[in-house]
Parts: sequence; structure tokens; C-alpha cells
Amino acid sequence: MGDYILLAVGAILVNNILLIQYLGNCPFLGTSKKMETATGMAMAVVFVLALAGIITWIFEAVFLKPLGLEYIRTIVFIVVIASLVQFVETFMKKSIPALYAGLGIFLPLITTNCAVMGVCLINIKEEYNFLEMLVSAIAYPAGFGLALILFAGVRERIIIGRVPGPLQDVSIALVTAGFMSLSFLGFKGMI
Amino acid sequence: MLEALLLMMGLGGVAGTLLGVASRIFYVWEDPRIAEVENCLAGANCGGCGFTGCAACAKAIVEGRADVGACLVAGADGAAKVAAVLGLEAGAAEPLTSQNTCTGGFRAPEKFSYMGVNDCRAAYLLYAGAKDCDVGCLGFGSCVKACLFDALKIGPDGYPVVDAEKCVGCGACEKACPKGIMQVRKPSDRILHVNLVTDRLAPCRQTCPAEINIPKYIHHIRNKEYDKAYLTIMERNPMPLSTGRVCPHPCEDACRRALADDPVSINQLKRFCSDWVYDEGAQVKIPVAPDTGYKVAIVGGGPSGLTAAYFLRRLGHKVKIFEWLPKLGGMIYYGIPEYRLPKEILYKDINRILDLGIEVKTDVKFGVDFDLESLVGGGFDAVLMSIGAMNHASARIPDEDKVKGVVPATDFLRKQGLGDPYRVGKKVGIIGGGNVAMDCLRSSVRLGAEKVYCLYRRTIKEMPANVVEIEACEHEGIEFITLCTPTKFTTDDEGNLTGIEYLKNELGEPDASGRRKPVPIEGSETVIPLDNFILAIGQTTDSAFADKEGTAVSRLETKRGSILNDPDTHQTAIPYVFTSGDSAGPPGLLVAAIGAGRRAARGIHKYLMGEDMAFPPARLRVDSRRMKGHIPGTIFDSIEGIKKKGRIAQPELEPGSYERQHTYAEVDLTVTEEEALKEANRCMRCCLTCYNKDAR
Repeated sequence: MGDYILLAVGAILVNNILLIQYLGNCPFLGTSKKMETATGMAMAVVFVLALAGIITWIFEAVFLKPLGLEYIRTIVFIVVIASLVQFVETFMKKSIPALYAGLGIFLPLITTNCAVMGVCLINIKEEYNFLEMLVSAIAYPAGFGLALILFAGVRERIIIGRVPGPLQDVSIALVTAGFMSLSFLGFKGMI
Repeated sequence: MLEALLLMMGLGGVAGTLLGVASRIFYVWEDPRIAEVENCLAGANCGGCGFTGCAACAKAIVEGRADVGACLVAGADGAAKVAAVLGLEAGAAEPLTSQNTCTGGFRAPEKFSYMGVNDCRAAYLLYAGAKDCDVGCLGFGSCVKACLFDALKIGPDGYPVVDAEKCVGCGACEKACPKGIMQVRKPSDRILHVNLVTDRLAPCRQTCPAEINIPKYIHHIRNKEYDKAYLTIMERNPMPLSTGRVCPHPCEDACRRALADDPVSINQLKRFCSDWVYDEGAQVKIPVAPDTGYKVAIVGGGPSGLTAAYFLRRLGHKVKIFEWLPKLGGMIYYGIPEYRLPKEILYKDINRILDLGIEVKTDVKFGVDFDLESLVGGGFDAVLMSIGAMNHASARIPDEDKVKGVVPATDFLRKQGLGDPYRVGKKVGIIGGGNVAMDCLRSSVRLGAEKVYCLYRRTIKEMPANVVEIEACEHEGIEFITLCTPTKFTTDDEGNLTGIEYLKNELGEPDASGRRKPVPIEGSETVIPLDNFILAIGQTTDSAFADKEGTAVSRLETKRGSILNDPDTHQTAIPYVFTSGDSAGPPGLLVAAIGAGRRAARGIHKYLMGEDMAFPPARLRVDSRRMKGHIPGTIFDSIEGIKKKGRIAQPELEPGSYERQHTYAEVDLTVTEEEALKEANRCMRCCLTCYNKDAR
């Protein structure tokens, strides 16, 4: 049990996918302008990663490993994740409109998100068992969400702040992201 | 290698088939404009707009959650294309335009000195901004920065000014404004809007029963934009020539300038700019919304019916007016005499309304020539009963309907309107103190009566007639016998009127209307000799048709002749039948009938389109007669900093002149341009609390 908690804390804070591993930076900048969008995006990433983690782990166990095809893992995962997300989006739009309204519009953006892909590959590289994989597939996107929501809160303030002309918008956002990353480095000593 | 190839091909095939099938099974209809808008965007899926990809951004634009300039990469060109895609949908006749509703700017006082970022949204975070007025413009121009089309700038007075030529109605400014001052609306939306307590309304505008934007049109007059002033009035009142002549202008009673010197002569300015438009033959274009396919019948072509017809037509409905008399205009054609409102002038107003494409059928009477069943059978989706109040009320004097020479005011004035005036003798008495009584008095003078008396039960101070009318009567030599109650007619052997006996009154306790009740004094009988006596103490609606059992119209509920309705929506007990004006009782002012006509058109439009008909809870309800119900804090006790300058006089025909006493030539005249400009410059362009202190 302790191992799982350690794994979760490590995934959320110490190895934060955004601020320490620098994966998934496009939605980090793109969807952090408004708190509402950031929250939706965070939830969508948790949802997709949990699904993608399970499917890719099973794919690895059933096809790639037995057939000795580990060398095409990356390209297979891309196709699998992309089709999965597209399918889930289509399905949700018709069958669960309420959930679609909440997450649906964020799904296309993370079909081939590097954070999603990265976590799936980490799961395999670290040779997690099914349960460990599940914890990692939820904890990493939770860390993603945490960083994204914190960042959105900061950016909402920046918009009305006194920012010099050349630094406005994306520039100041990148500077801010750098500072946030520095502060997250402080978690390194925890584990 | 082969396994890898086979696995990839298999995976591709399965995924492709699965997605293909899924897209069929789980197909959901989407607005085709979303795809069109998406084509105008950059297609980079960069997320720079704050939405998750271009598709999401396009959807948000179509649904109005993002403005057309949301895509930063596509820039102004892309925004123009998006606006074109969305603009086509709205229809060329219904352009969206932005308008600023606050005229405060620099003149508006501040609660504190704000030193922060020059942005309205930032300023708003601190106690909703520094302006004293809760709903006033902060003036930092967030809307100007938001506008991609250079259509907005902060004007010289410190509030934003919209360039209507450049505005595409994208809505960016509306979203940027933290106070809701910038409003992007279609002409139809503006017609359907009713005064709300959250609006920015000057006291005059709150008081006007027709809700005309008075400060705006006076501002146009000041800038010599007389056609724009006329169009501003036409947004609320389609009969400005007529109202400009006969309106008792309750707005002027609320004018803030009156606290310094005299109220602005608002009605003379309305008359001036409307006359200018006709005299100069100025082209005015009144926008009409695309056809909705609904047909509305208006029963009764009086002011309320004509107004409702005008606004319903502008909202895109087909309209037909049914009128029982040969001419349209109702009480203002048949009731108001020529010297006050020439028929030719009235018909200019009416023709402008009919020019929008309104059908008219005259000489047909409801309940005789047609009824509700035939209207419904004729394909009408809604009916407005604006049949007016053409019956007279009883004065409760014995034999008033038998004695020869006694005539109700409605008959007297209608005969005059039909061109066959009632022949009056040398001495004429009229009972009543309203404007109808004044019309009868002044008409009698012109019909050759040598002595005309006005009998009224209270004093001149309590008369409901306009003060200017009472003064005009005095100028024309009419004698007022106040505090009297006629008790009986004296007649000769053939039943002809020879005189009237009345009791003198004294004023007692105030009654329900707040006026002191007249009490007759016993034994004070007085007789005056008369040849004719006119009853002008009120009118009722002839709604006898509603009593006929077994007809659709019998479902209407009536009370003392008036047809009962919901006072907000104007809907009657029959859902598709509405009523407005005098027939919805009690009879009132022309401008009130015009206001009611627009609100009835609103009710009918909402009913036809299946929208919520009720007024918003924030509806402003002002009683313009008692001057009550204004937005709190907008009626002042005193004002400062105004240089005293009296109002312009009303030009009129020389009292005692031949034209004045013996012809029907119009008595009140239009002011000159010079005078009008002088008066327009007296207007302080008030809003809720601030006003131009240095009004010239």
C-alpha cells in the first residue's frame, strides 16, 4: 500500500509531468487562459489517460511483447490512443451529452498529446504491474491538472496586471511557467 | 518485419472501420455554420484562443460564446470572414450593431481616485470602479481595445462612440465591458426592449409613456442631425408629427432642468425635427425584419392600432388593419379638431406607417361585417382589438338623451371629423374638464357660437386638460363656470333646449384619485340660458359584441365596456386576441396609446414566436400622471451650476385674429430652426444621476 502512495505522490509532485518532465506543454499554454477551460482540460486528461493507460498496457501484454514487436511500440500506441479517443468522443457526443459538454471538446486536442503518450510509455518502461499502472495513469494526469489549474489562476491575474508590452500574453506565461517549474524542483528531496 | 507490417495494417483497418461505423451510429447534427467558420480560422489547433482547437473555437463563435476575432492567428482578415459567415445568417435587413448606452464619461462624478491599470476590467475589480454611478462607463476603453474593426473610439466626452458604418456587430465590445454598457442588438431587439430599472434612463425617458429616447434625439437636433433625431423617435413612436402637436408631454414635468429654470420644451423639438424631415423631403429608411410568415389582424385603425401595426410590420409580420370609419386615425382623426392637428399632417404620419407594406380595409365594423371566426378562417394568427372608446359616458342629468340640442362630445367631434359639423346655436355649454371638453369648446367658437361656457365640477386647478389648452380657451373668450353640478335641462314646448340649471359645489375630502371631491350646496340653484349642451365627461368602449352568446368573441371578458387584458402582454382571455389603447381602458393620452401599441406588438410577437411574453422582473413602472415609480435616486430636489435661461415660447396664431376665431387654421406653430437649436442646447443630456452642468 505504501508503495502505491509513494508512487502517486511521486507522480503528482516530484515527477510532475508538466513542470518537471516538460511534457504536454501545448495544452498547458493553450488552455490555461481561463480557469473554466483549465478545469475541463484537467478532467479530460485524467479520463483519457486512465483509458489509454489500460488499453496500451493490455496491447503491450497481448500483442507487442509476445510477438517481440517492442520496437514499433511508439507508432502502435499513437494509432491506438488516437483511435480510442476519437471513438470515445463520437460515442459520448451521442450517448452521454452531459459528459460530452463537460469534457468532449477537450478530447480532440489530446488525441496525440505528448503527456498522454509519455505516461503510457513510462508505464511500460518502469515495468509496472496492472495496479501500479492504474495508479500511475491517474496520478500523473492529476499532477498535470494541478499544475494547469494553478497556472490558470496565475494567468487570470496576469491579464489585468501591468505587463510591459513586449512581454504580454505568451511571453509572460512562459516566464511564469519557468518560475513554477523552479518551485516544483523543490519537491525533489521528498522521496 | 512481416509481423510488424501485418499488425500495423490490422490495427489501421480495425481502427478505421470502428471509427467509420461509430461516426454513422453516433451521428449528431451540427450547425453547418460551425464548419464554415472553422474554414475561416487558422487551422493550427494552437489553442491560443483559449479554446481546445479550432473546431471548439468555431463552435464557440457560432454559439456566441467567443467573438469573431477569437482566432489571433487568422487576425482581422479572418475575423471579417467569420463576421460575413455569421452576418449572412442574420439577414441583411437585420444588421447587428453595437451601441453605447452610457453618456456619462468625464462629467460623471467619481467616488475615489483610481490610480491602477488603465483597463475597465481591472478598475471594475476595485469596488466596481471609481464612478459614482453603479451603471456608468468607466472610460478606460476596454471595448475600444477589443474592437478589431476600428469601429469604436473614446469620444471627446469620455465615453465610447460607435461608428455604425464600420461596426459588424461581432459582440467583442459587449464581452469586454464589465458593466454591460456596450450592447450589440438587432433592430428587432431594440423594438422589443422595455424600460428596465437597470437601464440608463434620464428622468424624461423614464416618464414618457412611449419610452422614447429623448436625450438622444435632442442631442441629434443639437448636432443638426434632424433626420437622425426623427429616426430615434420612430424607434418608439411612429406618429411624431401628431404627438409633436397634441402631446401633453408628461416628460417635461420630469425634466431635471425645471429645477434650475424651465423644463426643456421637448415636444416642440419633436415637432420641429419631424416637420423638418417632411419639409425638406429627407429620405428616411426604416428597417424591416425578414418575413416571419405570420399574419396579424388589427381591428381599429386608431393610434394604438396603427402603432402596433407599424411595429409588427417592422418585426417581420404581415399586417392588415380593419377600420369601421372611412378614415384611419381613430380618435385623433375624428376627435381632435383641425386647428389642433390638421388632417393632412396626421395623414403624413399614417402614410409613413402604411408605406412599410400594411394592408388596410376601411368601412367594415367588427361584429357586423366580420368577426373572430372569419379572421381566423382568413388565416390570421393573432388579432389585436384596438377599437378605442367611441361611446360617451352618461352625465346623469335627467333626459340627457331626449332633449333636442344635447349632444355627446364623441358624436359632436366625429361629425366635425366627417366634414359635416353639428350646427350649434349662439350659446353653447359644455360639461367636462378634459382635453375632449377643450376640443369641443374651441370647436364651438369656430362653429359660430357667441358665448361658450365650460361647466366643471371642481376648480380649474383640478382640470385634467393640458394647461396650454385651458389657456388657449381663455384666449378665445371661453367662460369657465367651475364648481358646479348640472341638475336639469330647461326646455321649450317642443323639447328644444333653452337652458341648464346647476348647483354650486364646494370641495370636500379627497377621493380615490387624490382630488378633492365636489359636494353640491343645497339651494344654490342657478340657471343659464343655452342653445346647445355638449357632454364631454368621458368615453367608454362599445364592446356589446362580446355579449353575443355562441361566438368566439363572447369568451372575451369585459368590465364597464373595456376589454380586460394582461396589462403587460396585452393578451386577453382568448390567447390569440390582444387589446390595447382606449379599448383596454381607461381612455388616456395619445402617447400612452402609442406606448401600449408597441407593447401589444411585443406581446403578439412573443406569442407568435413562442417566446416568454412576460416582462423581465426588472421592468420599470412609472406612473406618469402621479409622477411616481422612477428609478430611486434619479429625481432630484435641486441642481447646481446651471446658468438660468428660460425656455422658448410656443409660437401661435394671434389671439383674437380672424384666423384664430373663425377658421380651422392650425393655432400652434412650429418653432424656427434657430429657436429649436437654442432649446436643444438647453437640454442637459441627463442620465440616471449625472448631467451636463455646463449646458449652453
